[in-house]
Amino acid sequence: MSQYIGEPITRVDGHEKVTGQAKYAAEFNVPDLTYGVVVSSTITKGRITLLDTSKALAVNGVIEVFTHENRPRTAWFDISYKDQDSPPGSPFRPLYDNKIKYNGQPVALVVAETFELARFAAMLVHVEYEAEPCDTDLMKHLDTVRNPEPGLMNLMKPLPPKPRGDADKAFAEAPVQQSAQYIHGMQHHNPMEMFASTVEYGKNGFLTIYDKTQGVTNSLLYVTQAFNIPFNQVRVVSPYVGGAFGSGLRPQYQLFLAVMAARELKRSVRVSLTRQQMWSFGHRPATVQNVCLGTQADGTITAIIHEAKAATSQFEDYTEEVVNWTGKLYPTPNGALRYKLKSLDIYTPLDMRAPGGVTGLSAVECAVDELAYKLGMDPLEFRLKNYTERDWTEKDRPFSSKELRACFRQGAERFGWSGRNPEPRSMRKDHNLIGWGMATGIWDAAQVPARAEATLTVNGKLRVRSATADIGTGTYTIMTQIAADTLGMPIDDVVFRLGDTTMPAAPIEGGSWTASTVGSAVKSACDTLAKTLFRMAKRIPKSPFVGVGFDDVLFINGEIRLKRNPSARVSLLEVVNLNGGRAITETGTSIPNLVAHMKYSRNAHAAAFVEVQVDEDFGTVKVTRAISAVAAGRIINPRTARSQIIGGMVWGISHALQEESVMDHRYGRFMNHDLAEYHIPVCADIHEMDVVFVEENDTVVNPLGVKGVGEIGLVAMPAAIANAIFHATGKRIYELPIQLDKVM
Amino acid sequence: MQTTLPAPTVESAPAMTRPITLTVNGTPYQLNLAPWTTLLDALREYANLTGTKKGCDHGQCGACTVLVNGKRINACLTLAVMHDDHEITTIEGLATDGALHPVQKAFIDHDAFQCGYCTPGQICSAVGMINEGQVRTVADVRELMSGNLCRCGAYPHIVDAICEVMQLDASK
Repeated sequence: MSQYIGEPITRVDGHEKVTGQAKYAAEFNVPDLTYGVVVSSTITKGRITLLDTSKALAVNGVIEVFTHENRPRTAWFDISYKDQDSPPGSPFRPLYDNKIKYNGQPVALVVAETFELARFAAMLVHVEYEAEPCDTDLMKHLDTVRNPEPGLMNLMKPLPPKPRGDADKAFAEAPVQQSAQYIHGMQHHNPMEMFASTVEYGKNGFLTIYDKTQGVTNSLLYVTQAFNIPFNQVRVVSPYVGGAFGSGLRPQYQLFLAVMAARELKRSVRVSLTRQQMWSFGHRPATVQNVCLGTQADGTITAIIHEAKAATSQFEDYTEEVVNWTGKLYPTPNGALRYKLKSLDIYTPLDMRAPGGVTGLSAVECAVDELAYKLGMDPLEFRLKNYTERDWTEKDRPFSSKELRACFRQGAERFGWSGRNPEPRSMRKDHNLIGWGMATGIWDAAQVPARAEATLTVNGKLRVRSATADIGTGTYTIMTQIAADTLGMPIDDVVFRLGDTTMPAAPIEGGSWTASTVGSAVKSACDTLAKTLFRMAKRIPKSPFVGVGFDDVLFINGEIRLKRNPSARVSLLEVVNLNGGRAITETGTSIPNLVAHMKYSRNAHAAAFVEVQVDEDFGTVKVTRAISAVAAGRIINPRTARSQIIGGMVWGISHALQEESVMDHRYGRFMNHDLAEYHIPVCADIHEMDVVFVEENDTVVNPLGVKGVGEIGLVAMPAAIANAIFHATGKRIYELPIQLDKVM
Repeated sequence: MQTTLPAPTVESAPAMTRPITLTVNGTPYQLNLAPWTTLLDALREYANLTGTKKGCDHGQCGACTVLVNGKRINACLTLAVMHDDHEITTIEGLATDGALHPVQKAFIDHDAFQCGYCTPGQICSAVGMINEGQVRTVADVRELMSGNLCRCGAYPHIVDAICEVMQLDASK
């Protein structure tokens, strides 16, 4: 029964969010709380030669200043500091020794009775350094890049496939060629909520940790390993997360510092980072890409070379899937996809919304547009000519479903693409140039194992729990819908809880996999509960279900009914009563069907159509209209899914036109580390936006047929915007963000 | 990265706090605060009114927007002691007798948020903007709401929600 799945239910957590009742990590005001403020390094590379904390400690109300000199012992081996999203290498350890590995590295934690005192005393900590020259500029090292060290992470984010044919030769011989270099700098996630951990020090040292994280289980594992604490001595709670976009996939250093201080002081401690310190950990890495495409005269692609060079830290090999998408989108007999790294004196990059995907597609989808112009073809027609039903990067296997053609058709129709004059500079409004551009998007439809628990409570309501997260994606809402439908309950009688390590374990929330992963676990738990309830209902005196199989009944409106005779029914409350008035609980585990998965590539697709207005006098670009047509399997909730896609599109505008963390490479320091100088869209930057969900039926990806919508709204947008700017101005711009100086 | 700031000249913080009374959502809160405590920290850390959010502490994001005597301000850019005799309204005080303020209701109906962290500031800002009486068009809404960042990118729905409350045609 699908009464709620597919319906635009309003967010079940909406009331708490609009009334200020939703509590985020820094908002659990536990009794007797102390406050920690972090002191950050001002050099990029070298060592601390002097750390004088005496003036800070002299302030009345300051409890302790933690540094590498007085920190407690923590785990010895690197493995103890690894989390569920650690790339190969040696994880950063806060306050470990006197070595400085990157600018903004935490060097001290000042803990005081009030936030005001801690902030004041942090300014009194005197640090002297011996600085060494630092190396942070990827552009200087394009010739010395190397292959990344492979690791477990590559299961989710594969390294490039083996080449096919002879791409270099085929490209050299191709009658029509397109070759260009694409550059973008670093970006920081900057969720609106800064990273914070409130650690409540309880009886016998039990720690209740309110953490900003995309996975409480991940935080728990990290803390218990790094500090060698038994699992049963720590609980991590995170009911609400004020945005994360990937930044919460790894435990950040405020968690480590807050736990360390709480254990040493035997007091509750909160450590919140400042907005400036949000530039002192992971980011989207600077990446330089070369894309070479060769075709026959009729536009058939004969050669693809896509090479990416990205920056990583000196201590970990962060990789992302940048180039593989090109092979998944475009067929070719000759393809070479390469991905290289350069270690620099920066912090390890970190998955940031559509990691790799938005990077790669921002390059290749511009290259495709430029190539279409060379061929005199409409960019949409070119894409249809080179449409593929098979994925050559994965042994030519088919896609589990792929309604990209329908995305093209429906998106183009809604946008009015057929009325486009391909000639650049052909459209004007007043003194502004108008341009129309489009691009293709692709993202993974992933699923990983997860667990959930479903309980029929004593009053006949359904309570479902899983230790997943809702970073604004709508997890609370869609899990409630799935649970309500699976057990045929009115949605108001269903409550879903998440973000607590006392619940069944779920993976970190990322990669657009939560709907499929946790959704399948919720379905499994509710299915199991349904079977249990049915078995119990059969034992009720004069049960109408004697001799009846599970498939012969329906769960509907809080009752079990016989399909062929709906008047034969047992209410779930009667089952609870039969159970002596006790709640009935079942757990469910969902595991991806690997055998089926291996036969197919599983991806969501999208097409973005964009109109820009360019003022050539000022070089300003306004995205006046944007439409995304999305094929992402079954859409559980069109309202929250639409918000996800629109959010992704706003990110696309930001990626194309606004955001960049600019580093002064002489000092290895970010120059625009606040929200005034790191530009992201404001309300006035965003105009007409629309989303089309294309119907797509997928029986392979997971039992729910969902593909996830967290990333797919973003990936196509930047290239569509860049292509629209070309159409408006006749100018190709190869470096993002396209700020006014590049347009003028 | 605060070490780039000039080192303070006073090297021991005066331990003194002073009693003040903040009237928030009609309720008096008697607090002992150091004079340099911001209104934002006073609300969140001392009055336990955590609905008002800290997004930057520098007046750059609008997450801390509250209404002081009906006017929207950034609570991070003002000291609590300056508001001894003012009427402060936070997100916790917008609903009356359990009934949501029309802006709160419209935000739910239009899904005008995702993570919810900027939402209290957006809603207080919208209420303050409506009080200001400057809005004539949808473009005015976009412009006058541009002091409130939303990283989730809920702007189109925020504009729709406000337009519904103000009975403006959102398509124009």
